[in-house]
Amino acid sequence: MTTARTASARRRIAAGVPAAATGAALALALAACGSGGDSSTGAPSPTDPSQVSGTITVLTNRTDQVQDGTLDGYAKRFNQIYPHVTVKFQGLTDYEGDVKIRMNSSDYGDVLSIPNSVPLKQYPVFFAALGPAADLSKTYDFTDHATVNGQVYGIANIGTANGFVYNKAVWKRAGVTDWPATPQQFLDDLQAIRAKTGATPYYTNYHDGWPLTNWGNALGSPSCDPAANDKLADTDRPWAAGQDLNTTDTLLYDIVHDKLSEADPNTTNWENSKNLLATGKTATMWLGSWAVAQMRAAAQTAGASPDDIGFMPFPTQRDGHFCTVVRPDYQYAVNVHSPNKAAARAWLDWYITKSGDAQAALSISSVKGTPLPSDLTPYQQAGVKFIQLTDDKTAQVDQIDKASEIGLNAQDYPQRIVDVARGAAAGDLTSVLDDLNAKWAKAKGTVG
Amino acid sequence: MTSRWFTPWLYLLVPLALLVTFTYLPVVDMVSYSFTDWDGLSPVSDFVGLGNYVDLLTRPELFQVFAVSLCYLVGSAVQIVAALYFATVLSFHTRFRNLFKGILFFPYLINGVAVGFVFLYFFQPGGTLDTVLHWFGLGPRLWLGNPDLVNWSLAGVSVWRFMGLNMVLFIGAIQSIPPDLYEASDLDGASRWQRFRHIIAPGIRPIIGLSAILAISGSLSVFEIPFIMTGGANNSETFVIQTVKLAFTFDKTGLASAAAVVLLLIVLAVTWAQRRLFPEEAA
Repeated sequence: MTTARTASARRRIAAGVPAAATGAALALALAACGSGGDSSTGAPSPTDPSQVSGTITVLTNRTDQVQDGTLDGYAKRFNQIYPHVTVKFQGLTDYEGDVKIRMNSSDYGDVLSIPNSVPLKQYPVFFAALGPAADLSKTYDFTDHATVNGQVYGIANIGTANGFVYNKAVWKRAGVTDWPATPQQFLDDLQAIRAKTGATPYYTNYHDGWPLTNWGNALGSPSCDPAANDKLADTDRPWAAGQDLNTTDTLLYDIVHDKLSEADPNTTNWENSKNLLATGKTATMWLGSWAVAQMRAAAQTAGASPDDIGFMPFPTQRDGHFCTVVRPDYQYAVNVHSPNKAAARAWLDWYITKSGDAQAALSISSVKGTPLPSDLTPYQQAGVKFIQLTDDKTAQVDQIDKASEIGLNAQDYPQRIVDVARGAAAGDLTSVLDDLNAKWAKAKGTVG
Repeated sequence: MTSRWFTPWLYLLVPLALLVTFTYLPVVDMVSYSFTDWDGLSPVSDFVGLGNYVDLLTRPELFQVFAVSLCYLVGSAVQIVAALYFATVLSFHTRFRNLFKGILFFPYLINGVAVGFVFLYFFQPGGTLDTVLHWFGLGPRLWLGNPDLVNWSLAGVSVWRFMGLNMVLFIGAIQSIPPDLYEASDLDGASRWQRFRHIIAPGIRPIIGLSAILAISGSLSVFEIPFIMTGGANNSETFVIQTVKLAFTFDKTGLASAAAVVLLLIVLAVTWAQRRLFPEEAA
């Protein structure tokens, strides 16, 4: 492990040398360390498809698309333009865990989605620069989420809007037709659902954990502030009254505390939760817009109506309109050790701009100017404001978050709020929020 | 006859290579990480001396999770007693005894992940356990949802899974006791309990001692079953789960390595204390 890491550091010295001019250096590097590697650290878009060749491996978390042949279909279409490139796919079930460990070597595919656990400031160590932010940001959204020193290291394929996926039929039976505009209204509506329909008003997905972590993504919705994340770097009390995290965590606490969620959170099951929502046994879940297509598919399978699945924004309004934060999904990058960077970049560009994968999944394409998918039409009609968070201080916020062991996007954080709310752990809402504030302030002091 | 000194080493070559590669080298690596602030990913890390150990030992809340281990320790005691009982019964002529041995040993052969998932359904509200208890007029409980109950439920799964292994170890030891001792005790009119108390128990004492050591170190380092079934949520977090979270959720691989080293030292200390308090008779 140690040798692999020093080798990667050694190869980094050749930074900035254009790929085409390094034939001799490459041969030397091959002889010197006995492993392949294009010694340049940039991967600009190739201009002539007929000149691009090589075999590339694409790491993906979409094992479903590997198995059902979707990705092979994309590769075939890709080969019509790039005939000399062979694309292979590796689907990984535990994508985050496996890739993070493989990144200690140089063998982590040619194209990969950047694992969430890689801190922004380390992107240049692992990924090839794709181009200056000033250029790429004209074509793609979310580039500043992966920009270090003016260079972009990853491009997202899709963005995700946040909201509550809900079963319209159940909400209607409870007498609610308008989206609630305040947290209190939302809670009243859930009460009505419990009283009038017998459905479980809200489902936490506590046990699987990762769906619950989406509560961290509510940041920015109540304040409608694109700088909501950056501001965390400058405050000692992100959970003070009136702050976004206070508003969102209080809503989660109240839902569970008022017994509006499932009876035993410890035995929830994500796959089953889709069926529960589709058939109206549960009414609401806080998720990303990507979930709508999956819930509709579940409704189809269960013989219920896919049209019953709706999506509503976080129940707060600013200046008379709802706000939803659009966040990038996985960002695709080129391995800095890849010997076929041109082919890798060609695939990355083609996949994001030409494959049509984003449209097929009813997702928000990161390519600027693409119309919003149909499942977000109600958002547009209701005048929901779509905001993108700025990433000027993401690196610092990450650092404080890790140092404090809070984990804004880890499952322990919302799980603790659920535990306290249902009386399974000591304390109350105030003590939990105070404790979070104290941890944040302490970590901010040490990180500086 | 000249014995070639290297013959035994030839046979040992492969297992030793595997042992060194997969046990000792990682331990050496882990100890070296524990003196750095490595985040598990970065190609560079700084040497921080004993910083991680100081950090660890000045945060007593990190050691509170050992309270959870007490549940597993009680479970282990139950497990050893049950294993002794079944081993004694099945060592003598019992009808279908091979079938029973198989049934009792079987859980140990099942993959831990599968065990976790099976028991998630078993403990669900309205699941198998609640249904069975309902026949006896007992009300449903949140076996995993109740923070006072969850560790007992998980310890129960652990007993179910590992009891068979203890039993097989005990059966093996019991079979090495010379049968004429039993015949002599029969002639003297010994009861079954007296036979267990005065022949079997002393005869398999080293194995019981070994089981006790494994039980205690196992209770301190429980991981698999709670990690799969609850992920450490709801008051079921063990020291190892906490360590894994430090390393992989919060990128504090250095601190987590130090925690692992401390756990190793605690286990060694407990084992040493146990050997001092209950010394084995020289065979």
